[in-house]
Amino acid sequence: MAQPNSYRAGPDEGGHFGIFGGRFVAETLMPLILEVERAYGEARRDPSFQAELDELLTFYAGRPSPLYFARRLTGHFGGAKIYFKRDELNHTGSHKINNCLGQILLARRMGKKRIIAETGAGQHGVAVATVCALFDLPCVVYMGATDVARQRPNVFRMSLLGAEVRPVTSGRSTLKDAMNEALRDWVANVEDTFYIIGTAAGPHPYPAMVRNFQSVIGNEVREQMTAAEGRIPDTLVACIGGGSNAIGLFHPFLDDASVRMFGVEAAGKGIATGEHAASITGGRPGVLHGNRTFLLQNEDGQITEAHSISAGLDYPGIGPEHSWLHDRKRVQYVSATDQEALAAFQLCSRMEGIIPALEPAHALAYVAKIAGDLPRDHLICMNLCGRGDKDIFTVADALGMKI
Amino acid sequence: MTGRIEARFAALRAAKRGGLVTFVTAGDPDHETCKRLIRGLPEAGADLIELGMPFTDPMADGPAIQASSQRALRAGASMRRTLDIVRDFRGHDRETPIILMGYYNPIYIYGVEAFLRDAVAAGVDGLIIVDLPPEEDGELCRPALAAGISWIRLATPTTDDRRLPAVLSNTSGFVYYVSIMGTTGTKSVPEAEVRQAVARLHRHTKLSIVVGFGVKTPDDARAVTAAADAAAVGSAIVSRIAAKLDANGKPAPGLVEDVLGFVRALADGAHGA
Repeated sequence: MAQPNSYRAGPDEGGHFGIFGGRFVAETLMPLILEVERAYGEARRDPSFQAELDELLTFYAGRPSPLYFARRLTGHFGGAKIYFKRDELNHTGSHKINNCLGQILLARRMGKKRIIAETGAGQHGVAVATVCALFDLPCVVYMGATDVARQRPNVFRMSLLGAEVRPVTSGRSTLKDAMNEALRDWVANVEDTFYIIGTAAGPHPYPAMVRNFQSVIGNEVREQMTAAEGRIPDTLVACIGGGSNAIGLFHPFLDDASVRMFGVEAAGKGIATGEHAASITGGRPGVLHGNRTFLLQNEDGQITEAHSISAGLDYPGIGPEHSWLHDRKRVQYVSATDQEALAAFQLCSRMEGIIPALEPAHALAYVAKIAGDLPRDHLICMNLCGRGDKDIFTVADALGMKI
Repeated sequence: MTGRIEARFAALRAAKRGGLVTFVTAGDPDHETCKRLIRGLPEAGADLIELGMPFTDPMADGPAIQASSQRALRAGASMRRTLDIVRDFRGHDRETPIILMGYYNPIYIYGVEAFLRDAVAAGVDGLIIVDLPPEEDGELCRPALAAGISWIRLATPTTDDRRLPAVLSNTSGFVYYVSIMGTTGTKSVPEAEVRQAVARLHRHTKLSIVVGFGVKTPDDARAVTAAADAAAVGSAIVSRIAAKLDANGKPAPGLVEDVLGFVRALADGAHGA
């Protein structure tokens, strides 16, 4: 790292965060990866690129998203003041639009004519389909067949927006397999196609690029919390699948030593059962999907399947920068089970009138564990990164209800 | 040191014939059947053998090789057993080169140092690791070369003249030209483009050139070796294995003989017979 005293200097020019990250892709993709890196570098130096993105973020996505003081939940837990960063209020219902607007502008700049993406919960797929509709580009979204079944509303949304959703039946038919299939598509259509990766993972420059596009979350929180409380938050909490909403919240605060950060992984049926999606808590470093990072795998280096009630967290890896922040002990990675997330989902719905997605329900489940023991002037900011409409079938099923 | 790979290409050139490189996945459809199949390959006409190291997430492979990887893993394949297949083969054949092909993670988890030690001891001649481009040469490429194992790289239609020197640096044994843009076995090899590509590669390197990823039939193999030193066939061979499995996924009688018969036909094509 160029600046050893900063947590915000990475990655190095090879895309490494310590031993994590890198560019582990087939030769067919390498020239394109290098081209994406070059084009993104140029775009970052071009004020007109940021100006166009800012305008879309403001008038199309609806940013800044509010920082909301969750009064009733704060009272309920009886400790720290709980704020929600309301990224579920963005257009398309999650933080995913922040990144998609950035990447589609880059794809256009590069003259690409076709967009592909992978999706788990469908939130990223919907956001990609949305920006493709906006810019009139054909869009193919790869989605595990299991996820197609459990996220039907989002599948329909994508097709309304004009995207083609291709169900993936290899592996366990979830997010990992969708990403494999998207990479295969990219290899076959490398000349005209841009791959909008949805999380802060994959080969360099994607982890850094997605992080930068998502950092709008943390940058807004810094301003908003300062306006509301006269200071920055004490604790940040976000759920982690690949970890794009979390890195977007955390990154602007990494060098603020007073800020504690918690990334909440999905513990599924419990870490001890082996049926979970907690890559850091229950995995070890390996190489998959273009980067070295913590992965769920067996002793022979075969990737094992993740398990979570939340399709968006159901991934056996995590963005490489999170692996590095874990190694450096800057961020604490913890977990919440399906049951804990379900309880938080219902609690948030009833106490705040906000139906959260199952993904941030994991973050709230962790807030529930710590808030009560913290002093009343302690400021927690949790990223409410998605809304729960898409999850009502899954939740009804889990609660044994018919809708 | 002249290794088995160089010796084999020298022999092919001396005989003025094209070569056949066959791919099968280690442990497909099961460990013992795979061993018998591998042992029979040289006699059926395979000049070099690529042995796939099974991986759960073979991102550069099409459906046929994905399925073969899954079959092997279900049948209990592991890196240890892959090396066991190589060792077994070396007990019967000391001349046919064996190249391990696959993805980095299983090697990374085995441990690079331990893997290279065990691979050398088993009789592995070369490695093709799909997800290790020149940018990551420090991981395995340079240690492998130091251990005396050839590092074979894929060159693709997207590898332009500017990038080719990087791809050819630290490359040994031969260059594997991927004739199509896409995953293994998904399209047919375009003859004229291959001829041009091979000519372009030869302007940059003296290494032998093997062409693969779209070679499915004896005629394809014949067309490829008219331009290149050898043709590589994978998906078509593992599909032949898949076609000879019974309803329970167990090998039907005659599977090995059937696959070797197909290899014989491919060899006739590649050898220009």
